[in-house]
Amino acid sequence: MSDPLLPYSRGRHADPDPDAPALSTDRLTVCYSGGDRVALRAVSLRVARGARVALVGPNGAGKSTLLKAVAGLLPVASGGVKVYGNPVGACHHRVAYLPQRGDIDWTFPVSVARFVLAGRYVHLGWLRRPGRRDRDAVTTVLERLGLADLAGRQIGRLSGGQQQRAILARALAQGADLLLLDEPLNAVDAATRDAIDAVTADLRDEGKSMLVATHDLGRLANSFDSAVYLEAGAVVPPPAGAFCGAPCCAPAERGPAWAG
Amino acid sequence: MGWLTDPFRYAFMQNALLAAVLIGVTCAVLGVYVVQRRMAFVGDAMAHTTLPGLVIAHLGGWSLSVGGLAAAGVTAVAIAWVSRRGRVKEDTAIGVVLTGMFAVGVLLMSRTRSFRDLSHMLFGNVLGVTAADLWLIAGVAALVLAALALFHKELELTSYDPTHAEVLGLRPGLTRLLLLGLLALAVVTGIQAVGVILTNALLVTPAAAAALLTDRLPVRMALAALISTGCAAGGLVASYALEASSGASIVLACTASFAAAAAFATARRQFRPARGD
Repeated sequence: MSDPLLPYSRGRHADPDPDAPALSTDRLTVCYSGGDRVALRAVSLRVARGARVALVGPNGAGKSTLLKAVAGLLPVASGGVKVYGNPVGACHHRVAYLPQRGDIDWTFPVSVARFVLAGRYVHLGWLRRPGRRDRDAVTTVLERLGLADLAGRQIGRLSGGQQQRAILARALAQGADLLLLDEPLNAVDAATRDAIDAVTADLRDEGKSMLVATHDLGRLANSFDSAVYLEAGAVVPPPAGAFCGAPCCAPAERGPAWAG
Repeated sequence: MGWLTDPFRYAFMQNALLAAVLIGVTCAVLGVYVVQRRMAFVGDAMAHTTLPGLVIAHLGGWSLSVGGLAAAGVTAVAIAWVSRRGRVKEDTAIGVVLTGMFAVGVLLMSRTRSFRDLSHMLFGNVLGVTAADLWLIAGVAALVLAALALFHKELELTSYDPTHAEVLGLRPGLTRLLLLGLLALAVVTGIQAVGVILTNALLVTPAAAAALLTDRLPVRMALAALISTGCAAGGLVASYALEASSGASIVLACTASFAAAAAFATARRQFRPARGD
């Protein structure tokens, strides 16, 4: 049991600062549990509203750690994280962390619809049952991700790609504006990749922001606005010839991530 | 039908039936979580560690239920505390605590004269349930079922996706503590029916049978409760007819229902292959 970083109750959500970026970290340092080893060292980055930013780096570079720190799952040793201008936890209903598939017990007896409904819990808190509005949100999202026919199916009976889409559907049902995706394209089929790509492109057009941990370098240029490279817990300059997003070299109107 | 209703002419048999059904339903519904979260060993440990509490209560002339409850409560907190720190693996720590506490109970038992009373603790005596016991059993059943209903979405979510729960600010450790507390309550009532050694059967077997038949959580809970109710009644009737131990009869009825569920599930799989994508 860690210290409660976030409150589980509805009605304590701060309003976003209209001028703030979706996410900014300022010299963020995070230690592994135990506290002696540094997992992230003074990471500063920015995700503008409506930007799709890739987080690239080898295994163990700290990609997941960064996403978890932003989601409030890990305590911050020093530095700061601001989500829509608020500290972590003040408006966490606007942030969705999409875990890797392996973090979930897929044998648990819940249906796809019920699984996606859990995205609404952040708006409910203790003792409140999901209502009509919550169920309607789930129906809409399931249709959008092509899961409507599978709504009643137990989550373990989905294919890997369908499970990945169910996780994305849950984040959409939450109505989050900043999505933190941990390797969403890992070990999924081509059809699911295309489906997820299409949905995330739509989401960007709706002004949603995304920070996506990935090591699929081939797709960076067409799927993302910019990229941040992590190595051994620190932001590093992009390797020669690597995609860094147009604005990384010349500031553009979208105002995406900057490193350092 | 006489053989079915005859036993329940007696007040003690009516009490026993009511107690066994209440206990069975409580354990079965909670057992769905115990089985799905692989906490069967914790339930077993809790049943065994209540023994010293029961014996001390017996020696002091206090209510056995209260003694068992106190010991189970201590165990619940101790397990939650041990599993919080990673130095000793949880199942190892439970193994050490379980056998140690049980040995203390046996040692204390050997110092008492009345073996009859104490064999009831080991093997249960649902036929000796008093009106006061019945009130306690009913209270525990109401409390456990109410808690499971009120915190359903939290218990469910922390069971299959603790990470998402934590992102919402819902700590998985908190619901685990809640489950351990409810488990302690259920175990104390289970001891009344089938005793220390067999209590785990009520928690695990009906829920495991139901898990073979459905993959919807509420249906699974209802089915487990139904199986448990049937086994409580069936076991009591059989024990009356055969003049056999009531606790063992109830547990064997559960085992038989699990075997039937397993056979049915196998047959169904052969008949209707799993849906592919």
